[in-house]
Amino acid sequence: MKKQDSDSNPAPVLPVLPEPLRSLKIKYTKIFINNEWHDSVSGKKFEVFNPANEEKICEVEEGDKADVDKAVKAARKAFELGSPWRTMDASERGRLLNKLADLVERDRLILATMEAIDGGKLFSTAYLMDLGACIKTLRYCAGWADKIHGRTVPMDGNFFTFTRHEPIGVCGQIIPWNFPLVMFIWKIAPALCCGNTVVVKPAEQTPLTALYMGSLIKEAGFPPGVVNIVPGFGPTAGAAISHHMDVDKVAFTGSTEVGKLIKEAAGKSNLKRVTLELGGKSPNIIFADADLDSAVEFAHIGLFYHQGQCCIAGSRIFVEEPIYDEFVRRSIERAKKYTLGNPLLPGVQQGPQIDKEQFQKILELIESGKKEGAKLECGGGAWGDKGYFIQPTVFSNVTDDMRIAKEEIFGPVQQIMKFKTIDEVIKRANNTTYGLAAAVFTKDIDKALTFAAALQAGTVWVNCYSAMSAQCPFGGFKMSGNGREM
Amino acid sequence: PDVDNAVEAAKAAFQRGAPWRQMDALSRGRLLHKLADLLERDRVILATLETMDTGKPFLQAYFIDLEGCIKTLRYYAGWADKIQGRTIPVDENFVCFTRHEPMGVCGAITPWNFPLLMLVWKMAPALCCGNTLVIKPAEQTPLTSLYIGSLIKEVGFPPGVVNIVPGYGPTAGAAISTHHSIDKIAFTGSTKVGKLIKEAASKSNLKRVTLELGGKNPCIVCADADLDLAVECAHQGVFFNQGQCCTAASRVFVEEQIYPEFVKRSVEYAKKRLVGDPFDARTEQGPQIDQKQFDKILELIESGKKEGAKLECGGLAIEDRGLFIKPTVFSEVTDNMRIAKEEIFGPVQPIMKFKSIEEVIRRANSTEYGLTAAVFTKNLDRALTLASALQSGTVWINCYNALYAQAPFGGFKMSGNGREL
Repeated sequence: MKKQDSDSNPAPVLPVLPEPLRSLKIKYTKIFINNEWHDSVSGKKFEVFNPANEEKICEVEEGDKADVDKAVKAARKAFELGSPWRTMDASERGRLLNKLADLVERDRLILATMEAIDGGKLFSTAYLMDLGACIKTLRYCAGWADKIHGRTVPMDGNFFTFTRHEPIGVCGQIIPWNFPLVMFIWKIAPALCCGNTVVVKPAEQTPLTALYMGSLIKEAGFPPGVVNIVPGFGPTAGAAISHHMDVDKVAFTGSTEVGKLIKEAAGKSNLKRVTLELGGKSPNIIFADADLDSAVEFAHIGLFYHQGQCCIAGSRIFVEEPIYDEFVRRSIERAKKYTLGNPLLPGVQQGPQIDKEQFQKILELIESGKKEGAKLECGGGAWGDKGYFIQPTVFSNVTDDMRIAKEEIFGPVQQIMKFKTIDEVIKRANNTTYGLAAAVFTKDIDKALTFAAALQAGTVWVNCYSAMSAQCPFGGFKMSGNGREM
Repeated sequence: PDVDNAVEAAKAAFQRGAPWRQMDALSRGRLLHKLADLLERDRVILATLETMDTGKPFLQAYFIDLEGCIKTLRYYAGWADKIQGRTIPVDENFVCFTRHEPMGVCGAITPWNFPLLMLVWKMAPALCCGNTLVIKPAEQTPLTSLYIGSLIKEVGFPPGVVNIVPGYGPTAGAAISTHHSIDKIAFTGSTKVGKLIKEAASKSNLKRVTLELGGKNPCIVCADADLDLAVECAHQGVFFNQGQCCTAASRVFVEEQIYPEFVKRSVEYAKKRLVGDPFDARTEQGPQIDQKQFDKILELIESGKKEGAKLECGGLAIEDRGLFIKPTVFSEVTDNMRIAKEEIFGPVQPIMKFKSIEEVIRRANSTEYGLTAAVFTKNLDRALTLASALQSGTVWINCYNALYAQAPFGGFKMSGNGREL
C-alpha cells in the first residue's frame, strides 16, 4: 500500500538526468568465461539491432552447447571446495557486490545509453529507473551475504544438530530482453550473495549490457569462473543450459511457453532446481470510490510502461460501472498525449517494440480486438516508417472471451472492462492461468484487504501500481512462475 | 544540562516526519557504509588518537580496533533494510502484522578499554534500526568518539541523530540513566556501575537496559589439547590490551597431567612480552589506563603474594616508566584467593590445576560472572559437553577472542543483560 506523507524523502534518490552518450563504442562482444573473452567454438556470430531504426549495432559471438559446456566447467571449478570463491569470507562476498554497485554507478551513463539503444528503452527511464534499480539491488544483496543464518536444533537424543545454508552450486540463468540489465542483476546478485557460481545467457535481442557487466565483474575482483556469460539463442544455448547434467539450478525469466520447456528439460535431465518468472495478464480493479485521477494515471503507466513490455502489465482493467465512461474518457486523453520516436531524445515518451516478431504479434492481437467487437478508442496500428513503433491503443467494451482479454499482448494496448459487483470481479480477475500481479483502487480499507487475500496473484497493489523495491520478494501464482526472486 | 540539550536534539531528530524518520531504510544503510568509508580514509588518524588516549599499541589499534569498527559498520549497513516484521494468521477475520520500529532516543555509555570499537558497537545497530543517540564516552578516552562526530556530520547524518557528550559517570552518565526522555540505555563497563544504571533506569522511566559488564573468564586446558596453541591463546587471552578486556582469560584451569609444562611455557611467553612505548612497532604491551587502575592491579598482585599463590614472574611495576606493569604469572592459585575471584583488568595470569571434567565445570561456573569461556581439547565430545555446561555467553573451542561483527556477544548472570551484535 502507499502510505500517507511518504513522498518526502530527504536522502538523494533520483540523480540529475544527463544527456545520453553521443557515439557509444561497443567494446565487449565476446563470450565471457573465467574472466576472459572468448570467441565462439563454432566461429559463428549473430547480429544485434537497434529497434528504433532497425539498423545493426554490432555482431556478437554466438554461443552454443560447446560454449555452454566450457562455461559450466569454469563455473564448476570456481565452485570446488577450497577454491578462492568457496573459502572467501561471506562479508568479503558482500564487499565485492558493493564494489560492483560502485562500478555500475561510475559507468551509469554508458550502461543506460547502451540499454536504450539495444532495448529500445527510453533513455531517461533506463538511466533513472533501470540503473537505479540495479544499483540498489546489488547493494541490498551485498548486505545479506554474511547474514544467511542456519539454526541449532534441540532434537531428541544426545545430539548436537545444526543446519547450514549452503550455496546450490552452478546456476544457469536465462535473461529476457525487456529489462536486460535489471533482470541480469536480479539473477546474479542473490546467487553470488549466497556463494554460487553462474552461467548467464542474456537474450539474443539484448546481450550488450550483460557483456559490459562482464568487464565490471572482472574489475571488481570476482575470482575467474564465478560469473560466466554466454550470449546466444534459446533453442541452442538456452536449451544447453536447461538440459545440462552439471548445472544445479536454472532460473528463467521469459514467456510461459518457454518456461514450460525449461521445467520439462530440467526434469528430463538431472532434476535441477527451477525458478521461473513468466508472463501475466494482470487485473487492475478500479472501484467507484477510488481517487479517479490517481487510478487513471496508475492504470495508464501500469500498462504502457516500456511500451507495454512488462510481465506485470495491468492488461485487464476492470472498472466499476458507475465510473466506467469517465474512466475510459480520461484514459483515452492520457494515451493520446504521447510522442513516439528515438528513445535517446528528450521529449519522447514511447519507444519501439523490441523486434519484428513482437511487433507483428501485437498488431495481430490488435486486429483480433477489432474483429471480435471491442471498441477501438484510439491508436490501433503501427507508427512511422522505420523501427517497430506501435501507436498507444485503447480498447473499451472489452469482454472476457476476447483474445485481447485472455492472451498476453506485451504491447501498448490497454483493455478496459466493466464490472458490477465484488464477487463478480474477483471471479473474473482470477479466471486466468496467469497470476503474477494485481491491483485494486479503493478508499475502503475492507475492500482493499479482501482483495489482497482473494486475488490469486503474487503481488497485490493497493492504490498504486508497479511499486517494486529491492527489499520485496517477487513472483507469480499459477502459470506466472515458480518460486520467488528478491 | 548538556545531556538535556543533547536529548532534546535527539528527540527532535526522532519526530514523526523528521528527515531521519522519513528516510528509506536503504539510505540509512548507505550512510553507515559511507561512515565506514570515512573511517577507512582517516584510519591512521583514528588509530593514532586511540593509541595516544589509551596507551594501547598502535599496530593493535590500527589492525584490530579499526578493523573491527569498519567491518561492524558495514555489517550493520547491510541490515538496515532487512528488519522484517511478520504477518500472522490470527483467529477470526483480522489482518495482523508486526512492525519492528526504532525505540527512540538511546543513551549509550562507552568504556575506555576499546573506546572507538565500543562506540561503533553501540552506534551501528542503533542507527541501523533508525534510533537517535546520546553518547557519553569514558572520561579517560573521549578523543576518538569526538572525532567520529566530525565524520558523522561529513557523511550527512541529519542533525540530532548522533550527539556526543563527554563527561564523568556520576554527572553526565547518571543524567542519562535517570533521564525521562531517553527510551533505552546501553552501557559497557564494570558490574558495579552496571547495577547503578539498571537501578536508575527503573527508578526513572523504566527505560530498556542492556549491559555489557565484567568477567572472570575461565580458560580450560585439557591434557589432550594442542599445548602450544593452548599456551599461546591463553597468554594472548589474558594479556591482550594490557589485560583490560572484559573477555580476559583470568582463570586458567589446566588438567593436572600437563600442569607443570603449561606453567613453564606460559612463563616463557610472559617473560618475552615486550612492554614499552605504544608507538614502537615492537611493543606488545603498553601502560595501564590510569593511576586508579594501576593501583588496583598492584594491590591485587600483592594479595596474590600474601594469600600464598606462587609468583612465577613479573609482580611489580616497571620503575620510572609511567603506568607500566610487568607481565605477571601466578601458579598454585586456589579458588578462594582474591586473584581467582575478582576481576583484575591487568596483565596478571592466575593458573589453577584440575583433575576431572565435572570438577572443572563446577569450579568454572562458581562465579557471578558469565561472559566468555574457552576450552582447549581435541576430543569432540568433551568440547560439546563443555560448550553447553559452561554458563557463559560465548564459549570458544581451541581459540580465544574470536569476535566478529556477525556473531552476537553478551553475558550470563552478572556479566550483563542482553546481547550486542
